[in-house]
Amino acid sequence: MNHTTQLPDHRSEGVRNGAAAATPHSARSTERRRPASPQWAAWAFLTPVTLYLLLFYAYPLYRNLDLSLRDYTVRSFVQGDAPFTGLANYREVFADPVFAPALLHTAVFTAVCLVFQYAIGLALAVFFHQNFRLSATLRALFLVPWLLPLIVSASTWSWMLNSESGVVNAALHAIGIGPVNWLTSPSWSLTSVIIANIWIGVPFNLVVLHSGLQSIPASLYEAAAIDGANAWQRFWRVTFPLLRPVSAITLLLGLIYTLKVFDIIWIMTKGGPADSSTTFATWSYRLGFGNLLPAFGPGAAVGNLLVVAALVFGLVYVRVQRKQALS
Amino acid sequence: MNSTSRRRRLTAATVTALAVAVSACSTGSGSTDTKGAGGGTYTIWDPYPQFDKGSDWAKLLDQCGTKAKVKVKRTAFDTSDLGNKTLLAAQQGNSPDVLIVDNPVVSTLAEAGVLTTTDDNKLDTSKVDPNLLAAGQSGGKIYGTPIGANTLALYYNKEVLQKAGVDIASVKDWTSLTAALAKVKKAGKKGITFSAIGTEEGSFQFLPWFWGSGAKLTELDSAQAVSALSLWKDWLKSGYAPNSVLNNTQTTSWQEFAGGDYAFAENGTWQLANAKKAGFDYGVLPIPADTGGNAAAPTGGEFVTVPVQKDTGRYATAQKLVTCLTSGDNLYNTDTTLSYVAPDGEVQDKQVAANADLKPWVDAVKAAKGRTSDDLGTKYPKISEQMWKAVQSALSGSKSPKDALSEAQSAAK
Repeated sequence: MNHTTQLPDHRSEGVRNGAAAATPHSARSTERRRPASPQWAAWAFLTPVTLYLLLFYAYPLYRNLDLSLRDYTVRSFVQGDAPFTGLANYREVFADPVFAPALLHTAVFTAVCLVFQYAIGLALAVFFHQNFRLSATLRALFLVPWLLPLIVSASTWSWMLNSESGVVNAALHAIGIGPVNWLTSPSWSLTSVIIANIWIGVPFNLVVLHSGLQSIPASLYEAAAIDGANAWQRFWRVTFPLLRPVSAITLLLGLIYTLKVFDIIWIMTKGGPADSSTTFATWSYRLGFGNLLPAFGPGAAVGNLLVVAALVFGLVYVRVQRKQALS
Repeated sequence: MNSTSRRRRLTAATVTALAVAVSACSTGSGSTDTKGAGGGTYTIWDPYPQFDKGSDWAKLLDQCGTKAKVKVKRTAFDTSDLGNKTLLAAQQGNSPDVLIVDNPVVSTLAEAGVLTTTDDNKLDTSKVDPNLLAAGQSGGKIYGTPIGANTLALYYNKEVLQKAGVDIASVKDWTSLTAALAKVKKAGKKGITFSAIGTEEGSFQFLPWFWGSGAKLTELDSAQAVSALSLWKDWLKSGYAPNSVLNNTQTTSWQEFAGGDYAFAENGTWQLANAKKAGFDYGVLPIPADTGGNAAAPTGGEFVTVPVQKDTGRYATAQKLVTCLTSGDNLYNTDTTLSYVAPDGEVQDKQVAANADLKPWVDAVKAAKGRTSDDLGTKYPKISEQMWKAVQSALSGSKSPKDALSEAQSAAK
């Protein structure tokens, strides 16, 4: 459950530190004078976090913004004298013929992955909640996709889905279905990367939802059973409503992570063929690094669009968190 | 549960925020700072991570350092990373003293002002074959010297061809090659495999056919270019080439050929060692042009360059190091290790004398052409990206070869 607390922790840390800094201050003014050292100590404690945030969050963000607002060529990138061009890179990105398909693919990829990851994760969580024999072992096995490095799972998927020698096509052949060009046909490539990403995302949903289920008191189920509720009704009337806060957070976190999935798509299809599986993440990479002559400006602009999208959903997440804390 | 999400977040951050890469890189290459203070230490970057500290290559670098009376610090990068790493290092003002980099990247780095010309660094390039040197020339200046070259040709499986009743001597142009593929398919074997992946590798593999049709890179939508792309497209349609070529790297394409079912494979000099291990009798054929004769294949292989330094006094030693690496016996040894063809005639003769298998490759390299040659320079990367996109669109069936190429031409302008 580290996840759910990670982000607010960050914020509250700042707040807490701020409070720590403020308290001695007010104490000093009302009560008798004390040396200024507690305040200095408070600032000293604050420094590492502030430095860390500035160095690893604020500065890169600023640089990325700066990159996207200037006209970088390789020469001006090295010499650092790229002219400021305002929103020209963004206009270029919006006018690019890749923009509309990339937006559509990003939306479809994120939405479909999210729905299936959540549904399958929830179904498995409820299944494993029954605590039958070997359920812990089986649950551990379901975590495998998560433990594998992404490059391993993505490469394996791309072998399995190979149109010539892939095991999936061999299996289809065995049951009399013709071969499907999973990764090399424009109509299938997006589906293939979605399938792989769902497989990778299910364990996260399973674990979070399973721990959510454990916090629902068993007495509620007993009461429902006494009132004559069947299993289906118990799920919809008891489990699902009580799981809502956990579900909301699982979905929001999943959304932010899925939005920027890059490695799976890049390893499996490189965003192709013919841009049919290009999302904003792969497009940004391709602009910035995928070519011998990098286009840093537009690449950073696409990256920033992604950051903004993630930020919007991040704010939604924070709001939901706050609401939950209040209720 | 933290690790995946953190890794994902990390990856995404590296991808989206270039700035992260900047800071990560500056810490990574921070060690090169010592070179200024030490004075006696010279840094060399190369794209050969497969060679570790004990390899002949690393030993050669040390020897050259000892000869020039300096200490050599070597860092190996993945070849696809090296161009951007160098740009970032130049931005931070800590370029390596000697940089060995893939030849099409040279013109980009030269355009960025990262590399010195032979006027500044006094490298002697007089012995180098002009068609190979051309990839390192831009605007009449020379920005480095090739360490070795490789190129593409057709490997063929003698057993498969024999079973299909194909006489390899009959394969002289596209028509006879396609006829041979048809015979192979009839005999129940597979025709040809290559790499048409959506990266520079795909363009590299398409170029022999593109140039073999008589097309020019400045005119992607010419009738000749369309005929080259249609050739590939028809092979796929008729089942002479597998659909997997769209996702094949040159390595995966080689694995398909090494399986023993394919009659032909388009691949490079660097697979020669693997070909001997494949367990069947193979031959090598230069890629035929449309109407006969050999098509020009693109040159692969790296250039040794001397990046710009604040302290111009360092060039003299850097020049000594480069000369040591690229002359006489050292060049012969290096090119043998890398399975490259040497860039100068004398060493080529020595290579052929030692290994007769190299003969068709030396001929192919002599006929080969740099991708950035003809003063295309930094225009090439843009053209190439549009070209591999067009190949992918046409082969995957989303556009006709003609439409794909005319779209590519208008986007590349």
